[in-house]
Amino acid sequence: MATTAKKSASKPSVAKQRTRSSSRSSALSETGLVMPKAPEPLDFSKEQELSAFREMLLIRRFEEKAGQLYGMGFIGGFCHLYIGQEAVVVGMQMNLKEGDQVITGYRDHGHMLATGMEARGVMAELTGRRGGYSKGKGGSMHMFSKEKNFYGGHGIVGAQVPLGTGLAFANRYRGNDNVSLTYFGDGAANQGQVYESFNMASLWKLPVVFIIENNRYAMGTAVTRSSAETNFSHRGISFKIPGIQVDGMDVRAVAAAGEMAVEWCRSGKGPIILEMLTYRYRGHSMSDPAKYRSKDEVQKMRSEHDPIEQVRQRLLDKKWASEDELKAVDKDVRDIVADAADFAQSDPEPDVSELYTDILL
Amino acid sequence: MPIQILMPALSPTMEEGNLTKWLKKEGESVAPGDVIAEIETDKATMEVEAVDEGTIGKILVEEGAQGVRVNTPIALLLGEGESVDDLKAEASTPPPAKAEAPAEEHADQKTEELPAPAVVAKAEAQPMPSDPDIPEGTEMVKMTVREALRDAMAEEMRRDPDVFVMGEEVAEYQGAYKVTQGLLQEFGDRRVIDTPITEHGFAGVGVGAAFAGLKPVVEFMTFNFAMQAIDQIVNSAAKTLYMAGGQMGAPIVFRGPNGAAARVAAQHSQDYAAWYGHIPGLKVVVPYTAADAKGLLKAAIRDPNPIIFLENEILYGQTFDVPKIDDFVLPIGKARIHKPGKDATIVSFGIGMTYAIKAAEELAESGIDVEVIDLRTIRPMDLDTVIESVKKTNRLVTVEEGFPQSSVGDHIASKVMQRAFDYLDAPIITITGKDVPMPYAANLEKLALPSVAEVVEAVKTVTYK
Repeated sequence: MATTAKKSASKPSVAKQRTRSSSRSSALSETGLVMPKAPEPLDFSKEQELSAFREMLLIRRFEEKAGQLYGMGFIGGFCHLYIGQEAVVVGMQMNLKEGDQVITGYRDHGHMLATGMEARGVMAELTGRRGGYSKGKGGSMHMFSKEKNFYGGHGIVGAQVPLGTGLAFANRYRGNDNVSLTYFGDGAANQGQVYESFNMASLWKLPVVFIIENNRYAMGTAVTRSSAETNFSHRGISFKIPGIQVDGMDVRAVAAAGEMAVEWCRSGKGPIILEMLTYRYRGHSMSDPAKYRSKDEVQKMRSEHDPIEQVRQRLLDKKWASEDELKAVDKDVRDIVADAADFAQSDPEPDVSELYTDILL
Repeated sequence: MPIQILMPALSPTMEEGNLTKWLKKEGESVAPGDVIAEIETDKATMEVEAVDEGTIGKILVEEGAQGVRVNTPIALLLGEGESVDDLKAEASTPPPAKAEAPAEEHADQKTEELPAPAVVAKAEAQPMPSDPDIPEGTEMVKMTVREALRDAMAEEMRRDPDVFVMGEEVAEYQGAYKVTQGLLQEFGDRRVIDTPITEHGFAGVGVGAAFAGLKPVVEFMTFNFAMQAIDQIVNSAAKTLYMAGGQMGAPIVFRGPNGAAARVAAQHSQDYAAWYGHIPGLKVVVPYTAADAKGLLKAAIRDPNPIIFLENEILYGQTFDVPKIDDFVLPIGKARIHKPGKDATIVSFGIGMTYAIKAAEELAESGIDVEVIDLRTIRPMDLDTVIESVKKTNRLVTVEEGFPQSSVGDHIASKVMQRAFDYLDAPIITITGKDVPMPYAANLEKLALPSVAEVVEAVKTVTYK
């Protein structure tokens, strides 16, 4: 488990490169808020590295296949792929226990797989088939699993933030120690309801980790063109919510920050913000050619910071796995994804009688 | 077996595109994510990325090709250990159109198998439960609507620890309109929660808590302010059960005063019955009497669906008889015949009932016997009761304070025309508020609202008196 791992000495690489070290402004000190230090990346055990490798690879291969099925016309409408951001959900999920909740926006396939939802059910929902998690009635952006405590899958930018805060409210109301992981992007971070939620979460000391997945672009608008304060970990200062920036491309850094944040919430200290510095390789959605950024930028992230490649390299360097063993993992993952894709193509569409079901209980 | 690379669809509507450029040649190896070709659509030039690892064995569609249909094989990818020779062996057999066929089948299903909505069995005609019988000799207690609402909440909070009340000024202040008076003292601040002025936020927090299984009663100081929260009400509360395939929904009540109060002008005087009545996934309740307010609010809190409970500030202080019965719960979705009659039907709800009732009294003096129906619930609407009445009276007038276009009355008129056309002896008249923002000036405000005189006039018109 992440909790027993030793801290590694290496510094978070991307976080360092991409943002200036956060200056402690005078406004900050006036609030009396002490910003915690980002913990060092965890020193993963062999099992943790292998597990992270597999989990991230499953998301990557799943999303590649989803893109392919979209291209073939099996998936319709909007389809937002998570490729590049895999370390965020996989690292966070390592710190959760039974009962903790996860909620996110529309770039949600990775979150669902990370919570343990079946690839088949997710893929069949993407193709709008009856075996999908929402019987084909929700689609890519609207999927839920009560069993896995995954509360969606929300298509309105930022709407999941009050909802996730409400999940945390329920935890506090019931007096349990469950934590709500509420994910949203740098784009959603400019929605007003996010700050309404910050205020209530802090006022009522709700156990919610606000995870801002800063992938640098809100659809086609770069963070610098949309945001007056581009350090999203500071967005909670006015609400006395501490925040830290995390190298979201390094699953060990995410796991370390997640461990700290989840513990923060469990111990009753209220909400906390984790800004994940991450990157999406693909366009905003399938129909986005992503002309707003250079190929070099994308290529540099892929070749130097790829979350899966980092783990892979460590596994090989430490001789914890051979090339062949990693290939076998890839084969295994591909088989799961291929099976999901077959199912999602052969499973029938929902019965027409489903048109009028599930409107009211 | 070599993998076919197919012409991809790069947008929801793309059917074909131009293959402008190959970035990989035959014999070159590719890794997942490598850009292998460029495709031009009517909207943009897009890059095609390799999904699988391998070597480009054969390019099937040369660059420059125009109008290449989606799903056409454009190249063959050789996997590990495969060679171009394998392709020759395959060449004799036509390329398997496995991927293509289901896609077309899929499209066919869309157009052919999906029947017109009317064909699909719709569970509309469920038998509606009636009001509980009130035993003879039951004591009637005089009670204001305000007290009835408070008692309903208190009783449900005693009954179910998952029920809590949140909103602006509901706790310490005892309610902006004193509807939550005494709740804080009885239930404490864990269950009676003052929120900041943050409608969008606390509506969403309430829905999230409901997703987690709690039963929030969210008070809006007035429904005018709920417009800030309407996205959470409609997109999160109303639609989740459907979008989740029935896995989870929001057992939540949004309640508060709705419609015009007095002299508060345009932004604070609006009736939302028709707005929320439009939304599948919501139930919309608009009580008039204190008894209905109590029995229906208790039902709303127990209901597993999201409920919009529209009260009225002017009615809060009005006194009605409420039966003194333990656990007085009324069915949502059932209209109440307020006064039976034979010459014409007036259908109304909420404060609209005050005009309807006074008009019926005046008309009785002129010898016109009006049946007055209180809808009580806008959605699901008890049209059966309305239709039955129209079959008897053959004349219908609707009354509400909301705006005229797409009003509740418009909906009723449309349904009655479809289901009871042959019974109508006169065109239906829909009395509504005027098609103007609510003015402040006392005389104009009066003109903007419906009046008893208008209702009387309308009934005389449909009865040709």
